[in-house]
Amino acid sequence: MRTAFIEELTAQARINPAIFLVVGDLGYSVIEPFAAEFPDRFLNAGVAEQNMAGLAAGLASEGFHVFTYSIANFPTLRCLEQIRNDICYHNLPVTSVAVGAGLAYGNLGYSHHAVQDIAIFRTLPNLRLLSPADPGEARGAVQWLSANPCPSYLRLGKAGEKHLYSSPPLSPTPVVVQPGNPDVALVATGSVLSIALDAAALESAAGRPAPTVFSMPWLHPASPATTAALRSFKHVICLEEHIREGGLREMLASLLPRSIRVSGLALPSDATVAVGSQNFLRAAAGLTATHAQQLILSRDDDA
Amino acid sequence: MVRPLMIPSTDLAAGIRHHALRMVSAANASHIGGVLSMADTLAVLYSGILKVFPDQPDHPDRDRFILSKGHCCAGVYAALALRGFFPLSELDSYGMDGSRLMTHISHKVPGVEFSTGSLGHGLPFALGKALAARRKGLPWRSFALLSDGELDEGSNWEAILLAPQHQLDNLVLIIDYNKIQSLGAVSEVIELEPLRAKLEAFRWAVREVDGHNHAELHAALSSLPFSKGQPSCLITHTTKGKGVDYMENQIAWHYRAPNADLLAKALAQLEQNPS
Ligand SMILES: Cc1ncc(C[n+]2csc(CCOP(=O)(O)OP(=O)(O)O)c2C)c(N)n1
Repeated sequence: MRTAFIEELTAQARINPAIFLVVGDLGYSVIEPFAAEFPDRFLNAGVAEQNMAGLAAGLASEGFHVFTYSIANFPTLRCLEQIRNDICYHNLPVTSVAVGAGLAYGNLGYSHHAVQDIAIFRTLPNLRLLSPADPGEARGAVQWLSANPCPSYLRLGKAGEKHLYSSPPLSPTPVVVQPGNPDVALVATGSVLSIALDAAALESAAGRPAPTVFSMPWLHPASPATTAALRSFKHVICLEEHIREGGLREMLASLLPRSIRVSGLALPSDATVAVGSQNFLRAAAGLTATHAQQLILSRDDDA
Repeated sequence: MVRPLMIPSTDLAAGIRHHALRMVSAANASHIGGVLSMADTLAVLYSGILKVFPDQPDHPDRDRFILSKGHCCAGVYAALALRGFFPLSELDSYGMDGSRLMTHISHKVPGVEFSTGSLGHGLPFALGKALAARRKGLPWRSFALLSDGELDEGSNWEAILLAPQHQLDNLVLIIDYNKIQSLGAVSEVIELEPLRAKLEAFRWAVREVDGHNHAELHAALSSLPFSKGQPSCLITHTTKGKGVDYMENQIAWHYRAPNADLLAKALAQLEQNPS
C-alpha cells in the first residue's frame, strides 16, 4: 500500500504544485523517487515527529498541502498535540500518513502496534480519517486529498496488500465491495477487508447466502446520513484491526438505529505479551474469517 | 547450572555478535547494523561495569540499564542470555510467532528494565530512575544507551537540560555514534556536531572513546561519574555494522537480514577476527 501511496502522491505532485512531503527519517526505498523529482517540495525532518508536525503546519499555513510520513504511532501519537492544536485547530491542510496500521508490524512489538489511532483521531476537530483497504483505495484517498486539502489522517497498511476490488472514487459513504444477503452486512475498514471477503466466500462455499460486504475507507467524519446505506440491514458486523474501544463498531452502533444489531471483531485492548506476524496476532485475537462466520451465524449479541 | 561469574568482555562481544547475527537472520529482522555498532559497549557494560544479578533480575541493588535504541535489542537479549538471565536457547525464538522476544526491546524479558522502540523515550525514563535513586539515597546508577539519529528527538534534549539542574551524577548517557541513521548519514540529515561541545554547554561531563576499543571503554566506564555533581555522557565513536565487512557503514544493513549464505560469511569473519 505504501508503494501505491507514494506513486499516487508523485503523480498528484506533478499536477498539484502545493503538495509537499515531509518524512521523519523513514521511507527507505519508498520515498526516493519523490525526493529526486521534487527536491524543493521534500524534507527529511529527522527522527523528530513533533517538529515534523509543527513545521508541516507552518508550511501549510503558507499554502502548501503537506503530507507527513512515518510508521506506526510515530506520525500520530508521538505528535498528537501538534496535530490537535497546530493542524486541526487551525484547520490547516496537513495529512499525517502512517504506514503499518494495526498489527502490520506485528513482530516488532507493542511499540509498533497502531491500534488506538482510530479512537483518538475520531475526536479531533476538522479532521478526515481515511483508512484504505487495498492499493486501489489508497490511491483513491490520495486523489481525494489532493483535490480537497484538509487536516487529515491517512491510515495505511504496509506492503504487499492484494488488490481486492476496483474501488470507486473516495466518498464519505461505505462502498459495496460484494453484494449479497440484504439482511447481513460485513463492514470492514482497512486491510482486514480481505478477511471479510474470505468469510463471505466461506459462507457461499457452505451453501449459505453470503453477507453483503462493505468497505469503509472513509471513517470520519460520519453521520447517520453518510451511513444510510447500512440502514436496510438487520445485522451489521464490523471488522477492524484496532481495539474495540472507540473504533468502527462503536461508531456505527452510535449512528445506526437501535433496531439494527451491530456486532464485530476487533482487537483486545490489553497490550500484547507475545509477538508474531500480523496473521499470527490476528488469529490470536480472533480476527479471522472463521470468527466472522460465527458472527454471521450467531443470533444474540454475544460478540 | 554453574555459570562463570564474569566473562571477558571480548568473549562477550564475540558472543553478542554471533547470536545477534543468527537471530536477525532466522527472524528476517532489521537493524543488525546498529546492533553490531554497540556490541562492544554492551559487552564491556555486561562484563563487570553494570552491577547485575542474573538469578534475581529485579534485585533492588542492580544498576539500571535502559536501551533507548530499542530496535537493536537483539544485542541486549544476547548479552542477557550469555550472562544467564534466561536460557540461550530462547534466543532462537527472536521475533517468532508467540515469542516474548519482540524485535524492539521488551520489559517482559528478564533483565530488561524498560520497553522502547519509539525513539527518544529512554533518557527521560533513565533520568526519572536516577532522580528516584537520589531522592531515596540509593547507590545504584542509571544508564541509557542512545543512538545518534535518536538525538534528533527533542525529548532527549529536554532531559539533557534537566539532569544537570539536579546534579544527577548517577545518570549515564551513552551515545552510539555510528554516524548513520535511517535515511542517510547523520551529517546529511541533521548534523550533530559539535556534539561534545553541545553536551558540555548543557553542563554534562563528557568523554569520547573508540567504541570498539575495550580498554578505552573499560577505562571510561570504570571512572564514573566523570565529574562529581554532573551527569556523565560517554560518546562512543563506532562503525555501523562493525565486524562484518559487507555490513560496515552500509545503510542497507539497517534494514536487511542476512540470508543463510551471508550469515555463514559473517560468522566466519567473526571467527577470524574476534574483537
Ligand atoms: C519515534 C520514532 N520515530 C521513528 C522511528 C523509526 N526508526 C527506527 S530506527 C531509526 C533511526 C536509525 O538510526 P539511529 O537512531 O542512529 O540508530 P542506529 O544507527 O544506532 O541503529 C528510525 C527513524 C522510531 N523507532 N521511533
